[in-house]
Amino acid sequence: MNSAHSGAPRASLGLMMRLELTESLRSRWFHFYALVLIGLMLLLILTGVSESRVLGFTGLSRLLVTYIQIAMAVLPLFIIVVTARSMVGDREAGNLEYMLAFPVGLAAWFWGRFLARLLLILAPVLLALALAAAYGAVKGHEIPWSHVGLYSGLVAALATCFLGLGFLLSAISRSTEVALGASLLIWLLLVALLDLLLLSILIKAQMPPDMVIGVALANPLQSFRTASMILFDPQLILLGPASYVILDFFGVTGYVVWALTYPSALGLGFAGLGYIRFKRGDLV
Amino acid sequence: MGLIDIKGLTKRFEKRAVLDELTLAINAGDRIALIGSNGAGKTTLFRCLLGQYRYQGSVQFGDDKAARRDVSALSRISFVPQLPPPLRMSVGELLSFAERGAGASRDALCDISSRMGIELEEVRRQPFYRLSGGQKQKILVTIALARQVDLMIFDEPAANLDPAARAVFIDLLAARKETSMLIASHRLEEVAPLVNRVIELDRGTVVLDDSVIDRLKAGAYRRCRIELAEAHPTFGDALAGWGFSADQAARSFEGQIPSGDTLRFLGLLSRYASLIEHLSLVSHDEKGS
Repeated sequence: MNSAHSGAPRASLGLMMRLELTESLRSRWFHFYALVLIGLMLLLILTGVSESRVLGFTGLSRLLVTYIQIAMAVLPLFIIVVTARSMVGDREAGNLEYMLAFPVGLAAWFWGRFLARLLLILAPVLLALALAAAYGAVKGHEIPWSHVGLYSGLVAALATCFLGLGFLLSAISRSTEVALGASLLIWLLLVALLDLLLLSILIKAQMPPDMVIGVALANPLQSFRTASMILFDPQLILLGPASYVILDFFGVTGYVVWALTYPSALGLGFAGLGYIRFKRGDLV
Repeated sequence: MGLIDIKGLTKRFEKRAVLDELTLAINAGDRIALIGSNGAGKTTLFRCLLGQYRYQGSVQFGDDKAARRDVSALSRISFVPQLPPPLRMSVGELLSFAERGAGASRDALCDISSRMGIELEEVRRQPFYRLSGGQKQKILVTIALARQVDLMIFDEPAANLDPAARAVFIDLLAARKETSMLIASHRLEEVAPLVNRVIELDRGTVVLDDSVIDRLKAGAYRRCRIELAEAHPTFGDALAGWGFSADQAARSFEGQIPSGDTLRFLGLLSRYASLIEHLSLVSHDEKGS
């Protein structure tokens, strides 16, 4: 070929991020997702959750705790299903065939999409938390900025984890049905390994407690759940005897750090594996 | 000069070889019509060239080391797929991406789209997937032609185009004399005037590789006689368009065609193959001699 290689046009990471943002902002999944997460916060505000009292918690902290517990049920399922489904769908529809015929590096393509999706997933949650803060300011509640910051961090860690898992599934799956089935199966498995079910497993199967707690700590859903509880219940009374092991081993700060870093690292690891699989396999 | 050197290219899906030890050299200036029945391996070959499939064998661009997907090589290739993808981004965003990420010229985008019969300003804000099939194809062709590349790959490019846009498309391709082309088409007669080489694939191997230009010299003609099993007014009209004369029963036709148009003419005949009882083509140098 006669062209000079240097200066040849190629799409950058930033350009791919922008493209994914514009593509996803038009998608129904994003509209629905944003509506659910922001609508949920508005609903909680309208129903006066901040005026109720549980375990001595009231005001904005009570509102945030309730929101974050419900978000934990919605967020992972939504992220994993939508990511795996839409990425494989792009391949099936021929979008990848066309777009990857342009001079775009696979790293820029993959990680540009990953980062753009992370931004898209976090934006409605952060907006909802900002709405809560604004509502608290109007009502004269004290705004627990440390809780708002930590919840934002926990949500970002959980989102990174399930986004990475979704990207891995989309790289492995050859059809939308397989991606969807695998997403639901993994989500169900993680929900099944939450503390209540683990407790029953412990009692019935007489498994070693260390193993059960190890499984719980390895479950990103559980780490999020426990960390969100630890903020308003530092003794983890709600968790029962397992709290002794967790608090002895980590302490409150240590556990919050674990809950922020472990799911993030896991998600980036999953995404990294997905990238390797994507790069090495057939792209379309 | 070698543009692409393909050696022993094999692509299997499960155990079935869609491309089977395919060896082919594409030279600078080659304008290739890639023909073959469905499943012959045309689209798979394109995807291998674009680095979208893993394969065995090698595909080497110029003097570059063989790499499965070389971004530098892709910057010198433009591609139009058989079916336009249902992209959700707006037409404006797609064009902007083609400009910034693939070096398409804004002036060329406006000029080519206008000639193809689509005004960019009218569709710029619309999501790409909402356009009609013909509009989508025009946009993709516009982007492909607005890039300065060494090789254009088209997979059934004119399938969704209306006749006027198809004619403009052929003219635009003909004007790109310096660019090599690889065009898969079921309508050989349409791309015949453009190409100087025909490659036929069958079950993943090359069964015909014919350099047309050597034998179909400009200025030479072929005398042609056709006899039909029965009169067929539409076919008769088409032959009259080529300057053929008919007998009274409208079953026997005689005329001559420029040699360079042989493929296009044979493409026409192929549609009426069941009617043809006799066909002869005899080369001679001057028209009417």
